[in-house]
Amino acid sequence: MTAAVHPQPASEWPDVHGRFGPYGGRYVPETLVEPIEELERAYSAAQADDTFLSAFAHLLKTFAGRPTPLDFAARLTEHLGGPRIYLKREDLLHTGAHKINNCIGQGLLALRMKKPRVIAETGAGQHGVATAAVCARLGLECCVYMGTEDMERQGLNVGRMKMLGAAVTPVDSGSRTLKDAINEAMRDWVTNVRTTHYLLGSVLGAHPYPRMVRDFQSIIGCEAREQILEAEGRLPGTLFACVGGGSNSIGLFHAFLSDSGVRMVGVEAGGRGTHLGEHAARLAAAAGYTGARPGVLQGTYTWVLQTDAGQIATTHSVSAGLDYPAVGPEHAWLADRGRAEYTAVSDEAAVDAARTLSRTEGILCALETAHAVAELIRRAPTLSRDSAVILNVSGRGDKDMATLARHL
Amino acid sequence: MGGLERNARTRIGRRFDELRHAGDLGLVAYITAGDPSLDATSRIVLAAAEAGADVVELGVPFSDPLADGPVIQRASERALKSGATLSGVLDLVRTIRQQSQVPLVLFTYFNPVIQLGLDTFATRAQSAGADGALVTDLPPEDSADYRAALRSRGLDTIFLAAPTTGDERMRLIASVSSGFLYVISRTGVTGERDALAEELPALLRRARAATALPLAVGFGISMPGHVSVLGGLADAAVVGSALVAEVERACSADEAASNVAARIRVLKQAGLRGMSRREAAAAERGSET
Repeated sequence: MTAAVHPQPASEWPDVHGRFGPYGGRYVPETLVEPIEELERAYSAAQADDTFLSAFAHLLKTFAGRPTPLDFAARLTEHLGGPRIYLKREDLLHTGAHKINNCIGQGLLALRMKKPRVIAETGAGQHGVATAAVCARLGLECCVYMGTEDMERQGLNVGRMKMLGAAVTPVDSGSRTLKDAINEAMRDWVTNVRTTHYLLGSVLGAHPYPRMVRDFQSIIGCEAREQILEAEGRLPGTLFACVGGGSNSIGLFHAFLSDSGVRMVGVEAGGRGTHLGEHAARLAAAAGYTGARPGVLQGTYTWVLQTDAGQIATTHSVSAGLDYPAVGPEHAWLADRGRAEYTAVSDEAAVDAARTLSRTEGILCALETAHAVAELIRRAPTLSRDSAVILNVSGRGDKDMATLARHL
Repeated sequence: MGGLERNARTRIGRRFDELRHAGDLGLVAYITAGDPSLDATSRIVLAAAEAGADVVELGVPFSDPLADGPVIQRASERALKSGATLSGVLDLVRTIRQQSQVPLVLFTYFNPVIQLGLDTFATRAQSAGADGALVTDLPPEDSADYRAALRSRGLDTIFLAAPTTGDERMRLIASVSSGFLYVISRTGVTGERDALAEELPALLRRARAATALPLAVGFGISMPGHVSVLGGLADAAVVGSALVAEVERACSADEAASNVAARIRVLKQAGLRGMSRREAAAAERGSET
C-alpha cells in the first residue's frame, strides 16, 4: 500500500453553509469573513487539482512517513483477554503525532494562496511542532501561540519549535491554555489577514476548517480500513480515539461512517471530577459530566463548557491537548444522531493506561491517546473476545515525560 | 428613503437625523459595562451623555473577547470579576434610561445572547429602554433569527463592515443593518493607534456608495485629529479603548466619569469643527433626491 491519494469518503456534511445539522457555521468578526471565503474557494480548487493532491500525497509519504502501520497488539490483547486490538500508529509520524497530516495540507494551501506567513495555536505543542516543521520545509514564516501554562508542562515542544525556526509567542491571558492561544492567534489573524494563513490544528473554528481539517486527517481511517480488511478479512467492531477538538478521532472515524456495524467511541478528558471546571468533557453528559451546552466559541456553534450566563468555563485535564472547552461541530452532530458515542476518563485512569500500554506493547503514547487506551481497557470485558478493535495512537508520549515522571 | 424612515423609529435614528441637520459629526462612546462595577458604569455613561456623546455602546463583558485588544480584554476581565452578566447589563440599561434619553446600543459577543435566548434578550432589551444591538461575531448570513427577534421589538440591528469587505458584501451588510453601519477603520483588534489607516477614505466612499445609513467609524480612534478628518466622510466616530483606558487609570468611579467626560468634550469639539455647514447641507439635499 502507498500513501497515494485516497478518494474522500462521500459525505453529505457539512452542507453549503458549513453546517453539520445545527452545528458549525461561521461566527467570526466581519474582517475575517471574506478571507475565510477566499480560503474556502482555494481549498475547493485545490481538492480538484491533481498537482496539489499529488504534492500532498508525496509529502505525506516522504516527509511525514505515511502510511503508518496498523499494529496488532498481541500482549495487550492477551493481558485484557480480548478483543483483538489493533493500534493505528500515528505516533510514528514525523514530529510524533497525527497533526502533521493537516499541517502538510494547509501548508501547501498557504503556498497556493501566496500567503508567506503562517500562524498557529498549540496546546500540547504537537500541532505547533508539526506546523513549525512544515513551514520550515516549505519556506514559510511561522509564529505559534501557546498558553504559558502549556509552555510550562510541554517545555520540550517549545524548544523543538524554536529549533525549527518558529517564533513561539506566550499567551498569558485567561486560563493560559489552548483556548487563549486560539484567541490570540485570531487577533493576529484579524490584524495581518492579508499576508497570513491561520493554520488551525483541529476540526474547530469557522467553516471550512472543520471540514478541511477532517479531510486532511481522513487518511488515517482510509489506511486503517484497508489495513484491517487485509489483516482480518473483516471490519472492526469498534473504533477508539481520544477527542480534544477531535481531529484524530474524526480522521479515524470518517472512512467507517457508512459501515453501520462499526461502533465508534470518542474519549474526552474526565480530569479530576464531573463538576464544571474539573474536566474537559463536552459530549459525555451520559457519563455524568456537567456544564456543557450548545453555544458559540471561536467561530463555531457546538457543545461548549460554560456558565449559565454564557461565559466560557475553565477546564482541567492532565493532557494539554484535550484541555479545551468546545468540541468539533461534526462530533456534536455524530453524538446527536447516535452514530458515535462519547465518554470520558479521569486523569488517573489515563496515566495508568499509558503505563499499561508502555509495558505490554513497548509504546509510550501521548497522554491524550492514553484516554482512549483507558476506555478500551475499561470496556474490554464487555466486548466480544473475537472481535477486532482499532485504537488510534494519535501521538507519542515523549513530551509528557515531565508529567509522567511524577507517577513512576 | 426606506433606510431613513426605518431609522426614525429609534433614538439612534433620530439622533443621526439631528446630527445631519446640524452638520455635526457624531460621537459614539463605547464603555465596557461592569468595569469596575455596574454602578460605576451607570455614572460613567450618564457623564458621557452629559458631555455630548451622541450614542453610547455598552460593551457586554465576555470571557473570550477575540476581536478586542488588550485594553478592552482587561476591562472585560475586571467586569467579569465584579460579577457582570448580560442580564445585569440589561438591568443597567433600565437604570440609565430612567435618567437619560441617550441612545443605547448593546455591544456583545454572540454566546451570552444565545444562552439568554434571542427572544428573552430582545424583549428585555426593549423593555429596559435599549435602542439596538451589535454582535461582534455574528455575520449577516447566520443572523436571520436574531434580526427577526430584534426588529419585531423595534430594536436596531447594527452590523460591522471591514476593510476586507467587498462591494457586494457591503450592500448585503447594509441591507440587514439599521440605525447605523459600523465601519471598522482598519484590519485588527480594538485599540488606540497613532494614525488612521491610509485606506480609510476609500473604504468610507465605498460604504457611502452602498448605503444611505449613517456611517460610524471605529477601531483606533482616540485623538481629536482622528475625529476631525472624518468630517464629510462619515457621520460619527466611535471611541472605545481610549475611554476604557481612562476608566482603567482612574482611582474612583467619580474620577473615571469626569475623565471620560473630559475626553468626550475634546473629541466632540473636534467633530463639530470637522464638517462644515455647507457640506452638511449638500449631504442633506443629496439624501432627499
